[in-house]
Amino acid sequence: MDDSLMKLAKVIRSKNAGPFALTIDILFKNKPIYDSVKEAELITEQTIASLYDIQPDDVLEFVFFDNANALKITIPRFHPSGSAGERDTYGAQQYVPMLTVPIPDEFLEKVRAHI
Amino acid sequence: MTKEMVIFSPQGMLGYGYPMKSLENGLAYHPDVIAVDAGSTDGGPHRLGMGIGGVSDYATKKDLIPLIKAAKERNIPLIIGSAGGSGANERVDALANIVDEIGTEEDLELRTTCIYADISIDTFQAKWKQGHVMPCGVGPTISERIIDDTVALVGQMGVEPFIEALKEQPDIIIAGRAYDPVLFAALPILKGYDEALSLHLGKILECGALAATPGTAKDGMIGILRDDHFLVVPANDERACTVESVAAHTLYEKSHPYRLPGPGGLLNLEDCQFEQHDKRTVRVTGSRFIRDLVYSIKAEGVRKTGYRTVFIAGARDPLFIKQYDTIKQQTLQEVKDYFPEVANGTAKISLKSYGVDGVLGALETNDDFPYEIGIVAEVTASTQESANNIAAYFRSVMMHLDYPNRVSTSGNLALPFAPPEFPAGETFEFSIYHLIEVDDSLSLFPMKTDVLGRT
Repeated sequence: MDDSLMKLAKVIRSKNAGPFALTIDILFKNKPIYDSVKEAELITEQTIASLYDIQPDDVLEFVFFDNANALKITIPRFHPSGSAGERDTYGAQQYVPMLTVPIPDEFLEKVRAHI
Repeated sequence: MTKEMVIFSPQGMLGYGYPMKSLENGLAYHPDVIAVDAGSTDGGPHRLGMGIGGVSDYATKKDLIPLIKAAKERNIPLIIGSAGGSGANERVDALANIVDEIGTEEDLELRTTCIYADISIDTFQAKWKQGHVMPCGVGPTISERIIDDTVALVGQMGVEPFIEALKEQPDIIIAGRAYDPVLFAALPILKGYDEALSLHLGKILECGALAATPGTAKDGMIGILRDDHFLVVPANDERACTVESVAAHTLYEKSHPYRLPGPGGLLNLEDCQFEQHDKRTVRVTGSRFIRDLVYSIKAEGVRKTGYRTVFIAGARDPLFIKQYDTIKQQTLQEVKDYFPEVANGTAKISLKSYGVDGVLGALETNDDFPYEIGIVAEVTASTQESANNIAAYFRSVMMHLDYPNRVSTSGNLALPFAPPEFPAGETFEFSIYHLIEVDDSLSLFPMKTDVLGRT
């Protein structure tokens, strides 16, 4: 398992935002790392689209929140929470694909002092 | 002396429990109101559909007793929102019964205002036909038929019904489905405090101590609201609010980090300042509330989709596991061939194969060879009997399926339970998740006041 994003973040979580959307929060370890991630466009709507098998246009929200050194991403659920066929009613484990986001070595090198 | 109001949230969800020491600490701040959230859509559509809660009546009562006694002794209101998990009328009445029991046992006279949130299908249908129903972000497409199929429908009330109720100074307010922050914001707004700060404070308090570090919904938080700022501090000395923990909480379970739409308007937290006031307390300023031109209420409805039966089994044989994909497909095909309702799609089998793709399904990228597989077959059909029949047949096929190089001719699966299938009852799906435009923020939420307990 590639744990690179875990090196940069202290919280990576997912949860329903209402029964029809899934929201993913990434709280970065500190301001310098957060700023670098934001500036380098390390994670984009395209990253999310590939990981969650949707189109970049389907990403409902992709917002950096400076106050919390956080990135919030909201995407539609496959089906309404708790319907037949549900795998994760609360959406609490759907952040796991985010753990595989590749972090280039040169980026890690740049922020190493802050990890 | 600075004008201030103290709001105490003993826990993030009624029935989750809280340390008694935290209650004592919270009460030492001399709160003006105690409020607690009791519901959410997060648990799934069955809460609304079946009229059941996410916590037991036992836990609800156990948590309520000290809160009722504390509020009554101090003559401050106790406000409970989204009663009984879904906030449907029957759940409000069920909670009122628990309050009545407590009042009787503790010899307390409890003036209780119940605010109801059910919306009749006719009312919704009429609003829809008049063009007063809008989608709420992503959600289901509705039609006359889907509205008619909806078996339970509630509206998320705003702060106004609570303010109306508080004017009569009841001991307790039990509300149906409500926007969580307003339980905490109602008294301050009634007393003239800033609406945006009141709602932002409510947004933090509704989760109990979740915005603290370490965070949990099973503990309390205190909010101190003043003219131009508020302070938040956890009730438990072992926890602290930090700038980071409070700012980060803003994101929790919301689609956008700082734009939080609710009944009547949008709370914008983009320009908030979070400062460390003392070691365990954070000071917040700069919350803004932007009023909507047209007041709208979020409606949550569910429709019945059928019945469910669940079958659970384990596989450990490496030969079976190696060929699991084929075995799975072959089993499903045999079941399909046997049952017309599976072939025509009226009944469905959803397989969760833990160890393979149980949690992530199609998003799973790890293809490591598992040493065992947990198989959960969920069968949904139009009747319980049909779901049971299909699940039992699925079990017999997979249990005895012959596959290449098979050595275990006596059975392919380990069944942990006898009987192996679980009839799970009715299934539901969120069918309505829409905004209803209203002229009056109170009109959908009737209320009544009764004396409960000692009479």
